[in-house]
Amino acid sequence: MSELNDLEQRNNRVLRKLVIGSVLMFGFAFAMVPLYDVLCDITGLNGKTSDTAASGEVQMDEDRLVTVQFVTTSSGGMVWDFTPQVRSVKVHPGEITQVNFQVKNPADHTIIGQAIPSVSPGLAAPHLLKTQCFCFDNQTLLAGGEADMPMIFYLDPALPKHINTITLSYAMFDVTERVTGNKDKLAAR
Amino acid sequence: MTAVAAHHDHHDDHHHAPHGLKRWLFSTNHKDIGTLYLWFSFAMFMVGGFMALVIRAELMYPGMQVVDPEFFNQMTTVHGLIMVFGAVMPATVGLANWMIPLMIGAPDMALPRMNNWSFWILPFAFTILIGAVLMSAFGDGNPSAPNFGWTFYAPLSTKYGPASTDLFILSVHMMGISSIMGAINVIVTVLNMRAPGMTMMKMPLFVWTWLITAFLLVAVMPVLAGAVTMMLTDRHFGTSFFDAAGGGDPVLFQHIFWFFGHPEVYIMILPSFGIVSAIIPTFARKHLFGYASMVYATASIALLSFVVWAHHMFTVGMPLAGTLFFMYMTMLISVPTGVKVFNWVATMWRGSLTFELPMKWALAFVVLFTCGGLSGLMLALTPVDFQYHDTYFVVAHFHYVLVSGAIFSIFAAAYYWLPKWSGVMPNTFLGELHFWNSLLSVNLLFFPMHFVGLAGMPRRYADYALQFADYNWWISVGAFWFGISQLLFVAVCVLCAMKKGKKAEAAPWEGAEGLEWTVPSPAPFHTFDTPPVIK
Amino acid sequence: MQSTLFRRVTAALTLLLVSGVSVASDWTERSNVNLRPGVTDISQDVFGLHVAILWVVSVIGLAVFGLIMYSAVAHRRSKRPQAATFHEHVGVEIAWTVIPFIILIFMAVPATRVLIAMDDSAESELTVKVTGYRWNWSYEYLTYQDDNDVGVFFFSNLKTPAEQYHTPVLKNGLFPYGTAADRFGVEPEEKDHNYMLAVDKPLILPAGVKVRFLVTADDVIHSFFMPDFAIKKDAIPGFVNEAWTVVPEDATGIYYGQCAELCGKNHAFMPIEVHVVAKEEFDTWIAEEKEKAASGPDLTPFANLEAAMALGKEKYNAACVLCHGAEGQGGIGLPFAGTELMNDSARIQENIDVLIKGRNAMPSFAAQLTPRDIAAVITYQRNAFGNETGDLIQPADVAK
Repeated sequence: MSELNDLEQRNNRVLRKLVIGSVLMFGFAFAMVPLYDVLCDITGLNGKTSDTAASGEVQMDEDRLVTVQFVTTSSGGMVWDFTPQVRSVKVHPGEITQVNFQVKNPADHTIIGQAIPSVSPGLAAPHLLKTQCFCFDNQTLLAGGEADMPMIFYLDPALPKHINTITLSYAMFDVTERVTGNKDKLAAR
Repeated sequence: MTAVAAHHDHHDDHHHAPHGLKRWLFSTNHKDIGTLYLWFSFAMFMVGGFMALVIRAELMYPGMQVVDPEFFNQMTTVHGLIMVFGAVMPATVGLANWMIPLMIGAPDMALPRMNNWSFWILPFAFTILIGAVLMSAFGDGNPSAPNFGWTFYAPLSTKYGPASTDLFILSVHMMGISSIMGAINVIVTVLNMRAPGMTMMKMPLFVWTWLITAFLLVAVMPVLAGAVTMMLTDRHFGTSFFDAAGGGDPVLFQHIFWFFGHPEVYIMILPSFGIVSAIIPTFARKHLFGYASMVYATASIALLSFVVWAHHMFTVGMPLAGTLFFMYMTMLISVPTGVKVFNWVATMWRGSLTFELPMKWALAFVVLFTCGGLSGLMLALTPVDFQYHDTYFVVAHFHYVLVSGAIFSIFAAAYYWLPKWSGVMPNTFLGELHFWNSLLSVNLLFFPMHFVGLAGMPRRYADYALQFADYNWWISVGAFWFGISQLLFVAVCVLCAMKKGKKAEAAPWEGAEGLEWTVPSPAPFHTFDTPPVIK
Repeated sequence: MQSTLFRRVTAALTLLLVSGVSVASDWTERSNVNLRPGVTDISQDVFGLHVAILWVVSVIGLAVFGLIMYSAVAHRRSKRPQAATFHEHVGVEIAWTVIPFIILIFMAVPATRVLIAMDDSAESELTVKVTGYRWNWSYEYLTYQDDNDVGVFFFSNLKTPAEQYHTPVLKNGLFPYGTAADRFGVEPEEKDHNYMLAVDKPLILPAGVKVRFLVTADDVIHSFFMPDFAIKKDAIPGFVNEAWTVVPEDATGIYYGQCAELCGKNHAFMPIEVHVVAKEEFDTWIAEEKEKAASGPDLTPFANLEAAMALGKEKYNAACVLCHGAEGQGGIGLPFAGTELMNDSARIQENIDVLIKGRNAMPSFAAQLTPRDIAAVITYQRNAFGNETGDLIQPADVAK
């Protein structure tokens, strides 16, 4: 009899370990979210730029000239007219540059927008640093409202040598429901 | 035939065996639960196969003839989910339930009540999923069933998913819990319940491959559960794991999914390696060549499967270094897989071969699985993968690996062990018909898919350009032929279940070795109450 | 019913025979067996790699199958009643681990080389932003040589008319749209040569110029797949991906591609058509388009209802038909046939607003259709599918 109890105990021990193991793996799925962000920061995967302001103190490299293109998209049913004031600028790495983006809300109600940046080629993303950006926060426009939104950036002189054109894309999403918690519009879909 | 006299009169166990519905509902017996798993998976195989035929009926001719593109997408989605989670996985769990205790000399699985639970979750999980499809089918496509492919990429399945996505999430959670419990049971049984003298390196290879499969399941099914949980919170609780608008990333979903998805592929195929490694030595009358290297190859395949996942997503735009890493790792995984194939060939080499039904299926497996493996090697080369990716070439590849691979090996296992399960030999005439029809039709079905895929037909297309028309017609003919051929296997199984056929001896295959052949056929309700002695 | 079904099946069979012949005569141009070599240096490198790896796996495969066949014949029991007993051999086991490894290294080297070449999108002269929508593509020319604000933008829709693909054989059941004959009063049309590939407004590219594509999506993930350029890049909402190509100067012509990532119901109905033209021709074309874009929308009024209906039908079939059905019967979108919104003349302004601003799942079409197109589409909606309002909407009504 004691032999049986012994077996049961051993079974329960292994069972416990495996249950803990699977719970940990469930947690690992969620741990992949921050891990992925870290990986993106290091490698520029997906061209994500940092969402916090950089210091802006850096030596300018006047021997190099890099073209920075600006691309805008109103995504996922967003109705705003969203355009960059200039389509591209040529800058020296380290040179601090301001670019304005114009938005106009043609709708008859207030809309909250959030711009999501993406840089191509992805390797350039960690080297495009912003001291100020409308994309750090969401933006509210009243019905028919217009605004000029500034973005101030510089390129890290450590930008890999072979990169001479960088595209900075902003996708503007309608986050009114997300911010106000109003799900009516979503339910109607 | 080796003379084994131990037959007849094993009725002594019958007073333990409950009868009627209760026997199956409340069963804690590994053989009964194994039987339930096997019948269930076969039923799901037929349902998923029917859905495949709806797909093939639509694709037989260019133009939309049979179903709406929306319903077509539901069919591809649910066909994939049912075949992966409802047919292949439960079938291998059923085989594990039946055979592992018999092979290691254990009286039952280590956790019999949990075993009951892990099976009985499954019918409910699939009722939910199939219910969504039926509602859609009888409501003229409204409400829509899951329609985002079995890989359910965000945001198609989150922001743009139909209401039934929540049913799908619940269903996947249930399948996951069932698989995890089944896997835990296998691990505990193998680690603790082996008969005295059955050391790890004496275990049959089927037990080894299943043990490694079980560890993979425990490691990755929770990750899948995590992915669908994130989907749920994205859909209803305001998070944005996969929604760019809230700072999330749709590509993150693919990373999490394929971190589960690639080991999942090996979860489906490793038990097949075990089955084939049991059958070929039997009918070659020769020991398995390189037993130890087989074990190590299986383990290294399992480990490598954790570092190759991104080869499913070369086109999402990864940095060059990442792409190169995943390409090299993927190519590397073909080395241990090759070792396995070479070992099987060497096992046959200078044996004394006969070609009974299980051997026929096993040989078909080796040849056709190798075809699938070689096209997999082609897919590993990233620059050409850009051309192959998400075309019918990929569809051909994974159907060669999973249908003429995993499912053929499950047929091999069924013909091999049916005498042990039922006590009668499977009908040879029907079995031969089943084999030859399946072998020919499966190639007519899947081989031309390579052509249309290379020519550029993307997968999950409800309609296609005219240059793909000729081969799609042949593919559909092959599909209906293959589908109808499986009815022969229904007949084979029903005959065995009704005990119609030649009575099976305890060891019906003369070259077979292993503890399962030392008990009578059919295997009595309780076996190895006293542990056998291993020499 | 029985006979109708039979007739349709025979019709479909005949159709297939006809289409089979027309396809067969075209094998050299449109391979249906092998990978397309394509027209760019990169695509031909990829094709070379494909042929090489295909040879490698074929030889390995045939060797393995040959051994199995030989063994199955030579080592069968009637020939060898007694099996050999060996079950280990360190030498061969090491050999068949090491040799495949060496073969892999030989394959990995050229693959890496091509991959590195593909990665270099620097020094491009033309940048085109490609955006995937459910279910069409839009192209925006961003920069061309020294001009860094080209600003030419258009949508590209499937051109194959619904009459060609909409050929149901089941009257009711799972296909909610009814039969082709019921809907169109005609038997299915014969399928065009470029069935499911041609679009209403193709992407125009100059030959001999390095073109960079910035690929993104509006809603779900799509994939920009151009086999002849060896490009397949996922279009991911919120993010941009890069791809590039140089089509040689002697390879002007028409090339087709498709969406390669499941994006919902009409995933198969959003092809890509690229016209590669000589550089001079492209320069003229882009200058014209730029002028058109700058001069503002064309507000010429329609002469009569028929003129508006003709344009309306064309635009409706390109932009609306996938969701609202060829006969306004609805589907993903609302039905139009006989509905109040379409028949109440007091609600014309609401009708216009929905097209311009969108409503719920209905996207805004302000970017995709000109005011003239929108006026035509609304006129068509209100005078087709059994609706007979007689309303004629003019471009000026929409533009205000």
